[in-house]
Amino acid sequence: MDNRVVFGGWRLPLALLLPQLLIVGVFFYWPASQAVWQSFLSQDAFGLSTEFVGIANYRALFDDPAYYASLGLTFLFAAAVAGLSLSAALLLAAMADREIRGSGIYRTLLIWPYAVAPAVAGVLFGFLFQPSLGMVARGLRDLGIPWNPLLDGDHALILVVLASAWKQISYNFLFFLAGLQAIPASVIEAAAIDGAGPARRFWTIVFPLLSPTTFFLLVVNVVYAFFETFGVIDTLTHGGPGRSTQTLVYKVYLDGRLGADLGGSAAQSVVLMVIVIALTAIQFRYVERKVAY
Amino acid sequence: MAPTHPFRFALTALALTAAGPAFAVTELQWWHAMTGANNDAVNRLAEEFNASQPDYKIVPAYKGNYGETLNAGIAAFRAGTAPHIMQVFEVGTATMMAAKGAVKPVYQLMKDAGEPFDPKAYLPAITGYYSTSSGDMLSFPFNSSSMVMWVNKDALKTIGLDEAPKTWPEVFEAAKKLRANGFPNCGFSNTWVSWAHLEQLSAWHNVPLATRANGLDGFDTTLELNGPLQVKHLANLAEAQKDKTFDYSGRYDNGFGRFTAGECPIMLGSSGSYGNVRGSAKFAWASAPLPYYPDAPGAPQNSIIGGASLWVMGGKKPDEYKGVAKFFAFLSDTDRQAKLHQTTGYMPITKAAYEKTKAEGFYEKNPALEVPVKELTNKPPTENSRGLRLGNMPQMRDVWAEEIEAALAGKKTAKQALDEAATRGNAILRQFERQVAK
Repeated sequence: MDNRVVFGGWRLPLALLLPQLLIVGVFFYWPASQAVWQSFLSQDAFGLSTEFVGIANYRALFDDPAYYASLGLTFLFAAAVAGLSLSAALLLAAMADREIRGSGIYRTLLIWPYAVAPAVAGVLFGFLFQPSLGMVARGLRDLGIPWNPLLDGDHALILVVLASAWKQISYNFLFFLAGLQAIPASVIEAAAIDGAGPARRFWTIVFPLLSPTTFFLLVVNVVYAFFETFGVIDTLTHGGPGRSTQTLVYKVYLDGRLGADLGGSAAQSVVLMVIVIALTAIQFRYVERKVAY
Repeated sequence: MAPTHPFRFALTALALTAAGPAFAVTELQWWHAMTGANNDAVNRLAEEFNASQPDYKIVPAYKGNYGETLNAGIAAFRAGTAPHIMQVFEVGTATMMAAKGAVKPVYQLMKDAGEPFDPKAYLPAITGYYSTSSGDMLSFPFNSSSMVMWVNKDALKTIGLDEAPKTWPEVFEAAKKLRANGFPNCGFSNTWVSWAHLEQLSAWHNVPLATRANGLDGFDTTLELNGPLQVKHLANLAEAQKDKTFDYSGRYDNGFGRFTAGECPIMLGSSGSYGNVRGSAKFAWASAPLPYYPDAPGAPQNSIIGGASLWVMGGKKPDEYKGVAKFFAFLSDTDRQAKLHQTTGYMPITKAAYEKTKAEGFYEKNPALEVPVKELTNKPPTENSRGLRLGNMPQMRDVWAEEIEAALAGKKTAKQALDEAATRGNAILRQFERQVAK
């Protein structure tokens, strides 16, 4: 069956595509190409003197052990954020999908945090976990845990992961809930009649049928962890202590804005872009095979 | 409808003529980073200046914190829409200085405009920071502060001290006692970690932070912050961190609330926190000079300034520059400076304003405001204490803070951390030199 729509001629499709192409061109391709060009230059902050330096910026980048450390950290961070926010959201969605009183209210409340900007989420978590004044931090101290994200790198990393994941749970929740509601109740009821318990029903029926949603969310969450967590890190830890929360995107900012090294920073952006494109391609190529649409 | 056209035209022409004089007012953009009471002070200055003469109008605009204001100014310059006056914090000085063509040096501005201007009228410890090695003033000092030791006098009394401790060994000892006496989480602490424990420490003990007079004499400077004194001090801090005799409060000044909330009884911080302390501390407080190591020869020397200065951006019209020059002359007025000093807590920038405030007996009632001035003028500045001017300083401070954090967390020894801070910092300096040398 062929359900493609065939246009007669190319003018109409082009006209329909044009607005989107323009937006992508102006807001993505143009700045991206600027970044690529900038990555071959060495320039002072004010742009008064510019020199073409070829691949020197890239060479400096790949000679820098701190860059590899940041790369490793970013993968760890992305895996933790995506893993935590996906599993928490799935759990919440599975719970909210049941026939319970006031489920509309629960659902609405669970979606709220999505409206919170990353920087605001950072400030909120900063308050809760502030070593001397924060409510959660006090609780931790009462439990005998010497909570100190200002000096302990692991604590700082846990903090930014928690804040970043919390922020993304609502979004994931929304999609999981929609995914769950699209699964026909008759299939689950048939399994229940056959004697399958709730856990078995979930893992053998619901979870596989949910895989397109999970896959989509995985891609979105990884991209989120790579790029959009800047605000959380900037408000909570500024990349510290030491370099323990300096992810790639934060390093781009540190070197470009604070360090006024636009060339080096642009080279990092280009590498970051390549990494995310590659990751997404890999996800589509290999993970998608396991997805049942 | 046609007959109304000439009439309308006439009306428009009339309106234009009437609006004529208003058009002659030259607007001068002033981007700044002042919030709260200091923001009010900025707006008041602009209003007073605008009311004092008919030709120019200063338009102040808040552009975020110091770093954000600098970035906004740089971005605006690249887009060709730079403001006339930009407030830049002291660590951005090297960046601005290197941007020849992007800025108009203040001495040049005053000379071109023919405004009265005597560089000797300003406190040398302040202008040294913003002048070339030959003494030409590049930017106009606006709000200057220094670092002082804020103490909770009620807390000190509980361990039998009436006065703030003077030397580092005394501070460590007092902090140890305080920790055992009601301050279990923090004997003492600080804000702006590299400013306190590297920059001020080095100047105060007359040891170099970097060669070439800490960079004031040229961008070909290398760091010397891993000297014996700095290493010893960081090792002492790391040791004290173990039992919270010293407790780290972060890289910037977010931790200052630990002092005003009564959690940390001793806090090294900016003298510019005066208004904050006065407003929120619910205990008897005082500010004291920075501590020193008594066995260091010549200590205490003099402290260095923090705060910000006003840079004039390049590429503007001569008439606009005349307005900016008038504004700077207006700011230098002794009465105005004295008042600004007394209300904001920032330092007076002219000698006359300092003398006037002193003569009025202001410091007897507000001793905290004289401490930074005394620190700054404690001795004539040396090569090590005139100030510092290092490229990409905002990033440099983060790198230093990273290494200090590693030492405080026990991941590195003090020596390893400072050696690494010097190596990484030197890489930043060389890159800056390469960028600006062309």
